[in-house]
Amino acid sequence: MKIKIKKNSFNSIVPIAVFIFIWQILAYTANTPLFPTPGKVGIEFISLLKNGILLENLLSSLWRVIIGFLLGSMVGIITGILMGSNKIIEKSLQPLISILYPIPTLGWLPLLIIWIGINNRLPITLIFICAFFPVTYNTLTGIKEVKEEYIKSAKVLGASPKYTLRKVVIPMALPNIFSGLRQESGMVWRTVIAAEMFAVPNGIGSLLINAESLIRVDIIMVCLGVLSLMCFIFDRSFIWIENKIIGEWR
Amino acid sequence: MSIIKLKNISTPYCLKNINFEIEPGEFIVLLGSSGAGKSTLLNIISGLNNYSGEVFYNNQNINKIPTEKRNIGYLMQDIHLFPHMKVYDNIAFGLKARSYPKDKTNKKVEEMLSLLKIQNLKNRYPKDLSGGEKQRVGLARALITEPKTLLLDEPLSSLDPKTAKEIREELVKLHEYLNLTTILVTHNFSEAKALADKIIIISEGILIQYGSTYSIFNRPNKEIESFIRVSNL
Repeated sequence: MKIKIKKNSFNSIVPIAVFIFIWQILAYTANTPLFPTPGKVGIEFISLLKNGILLENLLSSLWRVIIGFLLGSMVGIITGILMGSNKIIEKSLQPLISILYPIPTLGWLPLLIIWIGINNRLPITLIFICAFFPVTYNTLTGIKEVKEEYIKSAKVLGASPKYTLRKVVIPMALPNIFSGLRQESGMVWRTVIAAEMFAVPNGIGSLLINAESLIRVDIIMVCLGVLSLMCFIFDRSFIWIENKIIGEWR
Repeated sequence: MSIIKLKNISTPYCLKNINFEIEPGEFIVLLGSSGAGKSTLLNIISGLNNYSGEVFYNNQNINKIPTEKRNIGYLMQDIHLFPHMKVYDNIAFGLKARSYPKDKTNKKVEEMLSLLKIQNLKNRYPKDLSGGEKQRVGLARALITEPKTLLLDEPLSSLDPKTAKEIREELVKLHEYLNLTTILVTHNFSEAKALADKIIIISEGILIQYGSTYSIFNRPNKEIESFIRVSNL
């Protein structure tokens, strides 16, 4: 087992090491500030950490993501449950959601700038939209996929429709709900970065666009690295929570 | 006095004018080929299927009583234990749904676990159970609310012969010990012969013969005679 784990770790480290090695050679050969070496990017990363710029901007992005994602997911889960458990609500909301869902999240940006203005509510609203639609759909699908026989079994055992929804249908829809949350946990980071690049004066996206205007490729690379790391952490956190909650019985 | 009475029961695509009465404590086997309408009949008694006609339970017309209020134990064909609940919670489900006090629920579940000899499975999830174990848990879950009637939809069909024999013996014991009225659906003649006090034979939605096991096997009408011959081949 230990050998297998070591082998797996080795397998994932090797491509990263090769990537850094090739990057180092290419950057060294190019010898231009437009293509810094990994070492230079590392030094800039430490410097941005030390002077607090990176942390300050990261925290700005992080809390926007958390609030927008929490709100979007909660409203999405509730809407999905209502639609999945009530045919009238489903039939009423389905056309509206079908029309709005295909609009790319960033397509809302110009409209939201006019309506909300350039402030913190803008990226939070965008993240809300980004999370809401897919989470609604996944919750709805999860509820619809619960086999009718389980609902009949609950009925026969004396459960009311509300009790069945609470104790049978929603728990059995959790794998789908988690799949939606996990899928969107990366997307919300991409959305917040884009919103900050265009319309908010702080956050990782803002740092990224400022670095671009100063032609500081090393800072751009630091920002991309941080973005990648945050997506990875969010993804892994959801896998961990999912395993904790439904891993035992799935 | 009958415990279950079906009067002029029909469904659009399956059953045609079914009438029969069942006495309390009888073990009835519903026999017929696949698609004959046996499971539909159980669904009608439990209130899961729409129908025309009348269903009486303890001389009361229960047409308008919803499934969840009928308290008729029903073990469906694929059992459908809730996969996210451990065996304990699956068994306790019926009591929790009725807001039973926790201590009483706990006591009843322990009794059921002991009655079905499945104490060792208490903390397992359904995915970790064998076919026979699932049947036992399903029985415990169906019986915990003390129904007077138990409906069983082909409970032995997916089991290996040894486990099927064990469960069959268990069913007879439970039927006698709990003084249940039991209706079991099967298409297996030897199973019917071994278990039934009375047999109802259904073919293409029509009740062909209803009588004691002895009369069905010794004085079958012509259709059943050929049916028995085919199944003995």
